[in-house]
Amino acid sequence: MEVLDIDARAAKLGINWSQVNLDSIQLPPGENFGIESDDEAVYHDDQSEFDTGFGNIIVVDHLPVVPKEKFEKLEGVVKKIYNQLGVIKENGLWMPVNPDTKMTLGYCFIEFNTPQEAQNAKEKSHGYKLDKSHIFAVNMFDDFERLMNVREEWEPPQARPYVPGENLQKWLTDEKARDQLVIRSGPDTEVFWNDARKKSPEPVHKRPYWTESYVQWSPLGTYLVTLHKQGAAVWGGADTFTRLMRYQHSMVKLVDFSPGEKYLVTYHSQEPSNPRDASKVEIKVFDVRTGRMMRDFKGSADEFSIGGPGGVAGASWPVFRWAGGKDDKYFAKLSKNTISVYETETFSLIDKKSMKVDNVVDICWSPTDSILSLFVPEQGGGNQPAKVALVQIPSKVELRQKNLFSVSDCKMYWQSSGEYLAVKVDRYTKTKKSTYSGFELFRIKERDIPIEVLELDNKNDKIIAFAWEPKGHRFAVIHGDQPRPDVSFYSMKTAQNTGRVSKLGTLKAKQANALFWSPTGKYIILAGLKGFNGQLEFFNVDELETMATAEHFMATDIEWDPTGRYVATAVTSVHEMENGFTIWSFNGNLLYRILKDHFFQLAWRPRPPSFLTAEKEEEIAKNLKKYSKKYEAEDQDVSLLLSEQDREKRKALKEEWEKWVAQWKSFHEEEKLARQSLRDGEVSDVEEDEYEAKEVEFEDVIDVTEEIVQESM
Amino acid sequence: MRPILMKGHERPLTFLRYNRDGDLLFSCAKDHTPTLWFADNGERLGTYRGHNGAVWCCDVSRDSSRLITGSADQTAKLWDVQSGQQLFTFKFGSPARSVDFAVGDHLAVITTDPFMERNSAIHVKRIAEDPEDQVDESVLVLPSAEGRKRINRAVWGPLNQTIVSGGEDAVIRIWDTETGQLLKESDEEVGHKKAITSLSKAADDSHFITGSLDKSAKLWDMRTLTLLKTYTTVVPVNAVTMSPLLNHIVLGGGQDASAVTTTDHRAGKFEAKFYDKILQEEIGGVKGHFGPINALAFNPDGRSFSSGGEDGYVRLHHFDSDYFNIKI
Repeated sequence: MEVLDIDARAAKLGINWSQVNLDSIQLPPGENFGIESDDEAVYHDDQSEFDTGFGNIIVVDHLPVVPKEKFEKLEGVVKKIYNQLGVIKENGLWMPVNPDTKMTLGYCFIEFNTPQEAQNAKEKSHGYKLDKSHIFAVNMFDDFERLMNVREEWEPPQARPYVPGENLQKWLTDEKARDQLVIRSGPDTEVFWNDARKKSPEPVHKRPYWTESYVQWSPLGTYLVTLHKQGAAVWGGADTFTRLMRYQHSMVKLVDFSPGEKYLVTYHSQEPSNPRDASKVEIKVFDVRTGRMMRDFKGSADEFSIGGPGGVAGASWPVFRWAGGKDDKYFAKLSKNTISVYETETFSLIDKKSMKVDNVVDICWSPTDSILSLFVPEQGGGNQPAKVALVQIPSKVELRQKNLFSVSDCKMYWQSSGEYLAVKVDRYTKTKKSTYSGFELFRIKERDIPIEVLELDNKNDKIIAFAWEPKGHRFAVIHGDQPRPDVSFYSMKTAQNTGRVSKLGTLKAKQANALFWSPTGKYIILAGLKGFNGQLEFFNVDELETMATAEHFMATDIEWDPTGRYVATAVTSVHEMENGFTIWSFNGNLLYRILKDHFFQLAWRPRPPSFLTAEKEEEIAKNLKKYSKKYEAEDQDVSLLLSEQDREKRKALKEEWEKWVAQWKSFHEEEKLARQSLRDGEVSDVEEDEYEAKEVEFEDVIDVTEEIVQESM
Repeated sequence: MRPILMKGHERPLTFLRYNRDGDLLFSCAKDHTPTLWFADNGERLGTYRGHNGAVWCCDVSRDSSRLITGSADQTAKLWDVQSGQQLFTFKFGSPARSVDFAVGDHLAVITTDPFMERNSAIHVKRIAEDPEDQVDESVLVLPSAEGRKRINRAVWGPLNQTIVSGGEDAVIRIWDTETGQLLKESDEEVGHKKAITSLSKAADDSHFITGSLDKSAKLWDMRTLTLLKTYTTVVPVNAVTMSPLLNHIVLGGGQDASAVTTTDHRAGKFEAKFYDKILQEEIGGVKGHFGPINALAFNPDGRSFSSGGEDGYVRLHHFDSDYFNIKI
C-alpha cells in the first residue's frame, strides 16, 4: 500500500495517524492482512518442539500381569530396578489396574527427577530380562504419541516434481560482455554492471542490510555469500539475486569457498570468559548446493593455529586450505607439529592420520595440483637447517626438498598455473644483526623439479613486494629502500635461455609498494598505496614501458576485473574522506569515479575459466582486428547515442533556464518604478545591463579550393 | 593571472563584500578589524577599528558611503566608509551574525545568534539619513523558528517585501516584512540536509544560492522558493557566489581542519570550484588556500573574484581572457 493510500484511508476512518503508536498494535496470530513478509524464514521456520513437561517419564511395557495380591511385590521389584538407574520421584511410579478384574495391565509409568535420568533409565533397561517371558520394552512418554501414529502400511514418499533450476551462469551471457561488481557502503550492498562504454555503473540489485558483516563471491562467481547472525546464505540466479541456500551457523564470522565452489567453510569463534583460555572455535563445512553440513570441527583456537602468543585473536583464516584445481578433493589444516589433510569423499583424514612434521610453520597448496609445499624453520640453534619441501597428496611422498641455512624467514609464492614456486628466503648476515633476501625458484613441471637460486643485483636490498604474472612465466619484485624503491622484472624463460631465470629490466626509484598484475598478464600496476597517497603506474611488461601514470588520492584497494580490461581503485572507510571508487581502463584511462560515504568493500564477480583452448585464444589474439571490428562499431554507436542524448539534455536545460530568466526579467521590469521609489527616485537600474555576456558567432572563410578527385576503378 | 595574496588579517576570514562599483572590497575576519582594499590591485586602504570580537558579516550601501558590520561582540556598527569613523552602534544581547542593507539603504536586516537564554532572531532596523537621528529600536523583530539554532544569513527579497533566511536547521524561510509572518519554508525533501552556511543572491534579486555542510549548493527562485538547481561537491560548502556576468557558480569550502588527518593539503580540497549554473557541471577549480574557504565574492563586473580562507588570507583573482571563452 502506498503511503498516500494509507493516509487517505486513515482520514476516512477518522483516525489521527500521527497519534497511533504503531509498535503497540498486535496482529491476531496467523493473520498477515495480505502483506507478505519478505523474510521467508517466517514461513519456513521449523516448528520448534514444544516441551511437554513429560520428558522425565518413561513407560515400561511387558511387565507381568499380576492379580491384586501380587501388586505390591511387583511394584517393589520394579522400584528396585529403577532406583539403581535414577531417583524416582515420590509417588513417581504408577501401575494402572483393570478396574473390573483388578489385574495389572502389564505396564507402568515411572517419573524421574530429571529427563536425563529418564533417558538413561530408558537406555539401560530397555530389553531387560525380568524372566524368560518378560523382556522390558521401555519408551519415553513423549515418544509415545509419535509411535502411536506410525502407519501400519509403508507409503512411498511422494516424488516432488522436478523444477528446473535457474541458470546460475546467466550473468556470463551479457550481450555487452560486461562484468559485475559488488560494493558495500553505509547500510547498502549493491551489485552493478561495470558499463565502461557509458562510463557509469548500471545497477543490478540493491539491498539495505543485506549482510551483517561482509559479502564474498564464490571463486567461480556463481554465488554471492552474505553473513548473518543465524549463518551464511548464498545468492545468485538468472536475473536478480535470489537466495539459493542457507547454512546454519550462528554468529558466523568468516567464510571460505573451496576453489571449485563445491564446499563452503564457515568459521565462528567465541571469546573465552577467562582471558587466559584460548577462544573456542567452531568450523563447519557445507555442501554448497544441498546445504548439508558435511563435517564440523570444534575446539580451542590453539588446535587451529600453530600457536605462539600471536594467535590471540583466533586462528589465521583460512584455517583449512584447499588443494588447487576444480575437484575440491583435499583440504589441509596446519597445527602444531602436524599437517592434517582431509579428503572430501569421506571428510576424514587421508590414511586416517595426520602428517607429523616437527615445527612446521607454513603450508601452501599448488593452485592447480595436489602438491603441498611446506616450510620448517631452523631448529636447535642452527644445527638443523631450515627446510622447504614439496609433498604429493594423497601419497604423501616428498617430491623435492631443499635445506636452507641461517634462515630467518621464508615466504612461498606459487605461480597461478602451478608451474613455478618461488620461495623468498630471508637469511641472516654473518653478524646475525641484519638479514638479506634471495629467492629459491622451483620448476615444478620439469623433471626432478630443478631449483635455482636467484639473488638480487644488490644483495642487501629489502624486498617489499613480489608477484607472479598470472598464467605467465614472469614475476615482478619491488626491492630497495623506501621511499623510492626499485622495481625489477624477471622471466623464468626467455627465447635464448629456457632453463634459467633472467632479468628483463629494472625501473629505478618508483613510488610503489604494491604490485597488481592484470589477470591476463602482460600489464601490471605499480601502486603506491597508503604512505604514497595512491600513486598508480600502469606498466606494459612486454614492451617494458609505462603506459600511464595517475593518482587516486589515498587509495587503499586495487582490484582488476576478471578479464583484465578494467581496474577499480577504491578508498574504503579506513579513511574518513573521499570514500568511493574509480574505474580505469587497463592502460590507465580514467573512466568514471563514484563517491560513496562509508565505503567498505568492492569486489568484482569472478568468472570461471574460459572454455577456449590455448590454440584458439592464440588464434583470436592473432586476428584481433577481425574480431574487434564488431565491437568497435558498437562502441561508436553507443558513444554517438550518448553524445546525442547529452546534447538534447543540455538543450532542454538551457531552454528551461531561459524561460525562467525571461519570467524574472518581466517581473524585474514591472517592479522598476517601485524600486525607484525605494531608492528615493534614483533611476539607475543599469547594473544589470551594464555588462552582459553575448555569444557572438564569427565565421571567416579563409580559403576555398576545389579539387576533382578521380575515382579509381 | 596570478592571484593577488592579501595579507592583512591575523585570523580566519569570515566574509567578503564588494561595493556596487566594484572598486572596493571589504573583508571581515575573526580578528576584530574589518578591512578595506582596492579591488583592483589588492592594496589596503584602511581598517575599521572599534569591534571587540570576531566580525561575522558586513554590507556596504549603494553609494559606498556607509558600512554596516555585525560582530560577536554583540553589536552591529555603522561606519563612514571614507573616514572609518563609527557612526552608530546597535547593541544586542547576543552576537550579530549577518547584516544586509535593503534596497534604498533605509533598512537593514541583522540576525543574532542564540546566546544565554536568548533564541536566535532576525531584527530589522531603520537606517537614518543623518546618523544623528539614528535610533536603536528595531522596526520589526522576527521570532526565530530555529530557536536554539543559529541563523547564518538573512537577506532582503525583491522590493524589500520579504526576507530570506537560512541557518543551522537547514530550512530556508521567506518572511513577510510588513506583517512579520512566515510565508514559505523550503521543502524538506529537496532542501538541504545539513546546516546552511551561506546564502548569496543574484544582482536582480530573482534567485539566490545556498551552500550547506551537506556538500551541496542549491539554487532557488527567490519569489516562489522553488528549487532550480543542485550542485554537489565532495566537501562541506562554506561559501557560495554567482558570477554576475556568466552563468557560473563558485563554491568554496573544505574539510573541517579538525577532520583533516593527513599532512597533505590536497586532502582537504580547499579549492574554489566553478560550476556551470545551468548544466550543474563542474567546469574548473582554483586552488591556493591551505585552509577551508570561508568567504567568496564576485566583483560586480564579473571579471574578478576573491576568496577568503581559514588560513587568514584573501586571494584576489582576475580572470584570464580564456575564462570568458569557456565552452562545455
